[in-house]
Amino acid sequence: MKREDIKVLLMRAPGTNCDLETVRAFRDLGVQADLVHVQKVFRDKNLLDYDIIVLPGGFSYGDYVRSGAIQAKEMEYRIGKEMVEFVDTGRPVIGICNGFQVLVETGFLPGFEGRSQYPEAALANSSHGYQNRWIRMKNVGKGNCTMLGHVPEDHVISCPIAHGEGRFILPSERREKLLQRLYDNDQIVWRYVKADGSFADGEWWDNPNGAFHDIAGICNPEGNVLGLMPHPERAYYGYLMPEWTKAGAPEKYGDGRIFFDSIVKYIESKF
Amino acid sequence: MKYHAKVYVSLKKGYSDPEGEATASALQGLGYSVLEVRSSKAYEVSFEAETREEAEAALDEMCRRLLTNPTKDDYSFELSETR
Repeated sequence: MKREDIKVLLMRAPGTNCDLETVRAFRDLGVQADLVHVQKVFRDKNLLDYDIIVLPGGFSYGDYVRSGAIQAKEMEYRIGKEMVEFVDTGRPVIGICNGFQVLVETGFLPGFEGRSQYPEAALANSSHGYQNRWIRMKNVGKGNCTMLGHVPEDHVISCPIAHGEGRFILPSERREKLLQRLYDNDQIVWRYVKADGSFADGEWWDNPNGAFHDIAGICNPEGNVLGLMPHPERAYYGYLMPEWTKAGAPEKYGDGRIFFDSIVKYIESKF
Repeated sequence: MKYHAKVYVSLKKGYSDPEGEATASALQGLGYSVLEVRSSKAYEVSFEAETREEAEAALDEMCRRLLTNPTKDDYSFELSETR
């Protein structure tokens, strides 16, 4: 499909942030990006008019109950059927930060057996409170998450995180078994790494929240629903990158561009 | 019938509880012989149900569907009939 015909739906809820950065990133890539309030989406139920759904970051509904929980349940009873239909078409659904929390709370991620009625994982509060700073994440996917097919294997992206609840955990009694399942299904996409590219190994700073197995982002077994805690849209342009002043002038684009570029290229060639 | 419930949600044992740990450390700093603090969240829910059994079942479902994430949370509740 032609790039200019690609339509991205960004769902904005009370407390959403980084939605405008995400819109700018997609528009810069030449696709249409509509920022729509969830209440309007609930009324119109027109998800299938779009090619990509993005749930941006933020603190929807003030993080009441748990991060993402209220938005997830609202989506479940207002547009649950339409969301499942959309996901079943194979089109990408992307949750960034709070969006990842929503996708876990709705049961789309990890989604071992399709959408689960109750969450199969959690993004818990982190050991060092709210963290808002730059981290590095490595693409460890082996190809299942096809929308990231244009991001080379082992590619490292430096971008910010900003969350209090982002510690990815699996049920403790089945943790190792489920980790193996994530690997078997090629669902682990992003892991936190150190400056030298080696895995953070749970060590704070490089792993900013104590996430199990340094997991920063996962996809569903089908590969078209992706959630990640870091914010690539906050590293889209060169002037957003740290320390560019040392080089005199910023590059036009930053580390986060490859993430969005890959998604757009994927839609262009696949649909 | 009208019912009133107090629901307590806490992290399952085995998961670190940063809020509890920070609170324990502060209480120790104040001079108390605190061994451990586990944080929990409480909700008060007023609702209607035909019978006590139905009320318990509904409340249990509320806990599993929204008030907790079963991956990490335990819950308990106290249920009473109100006028």
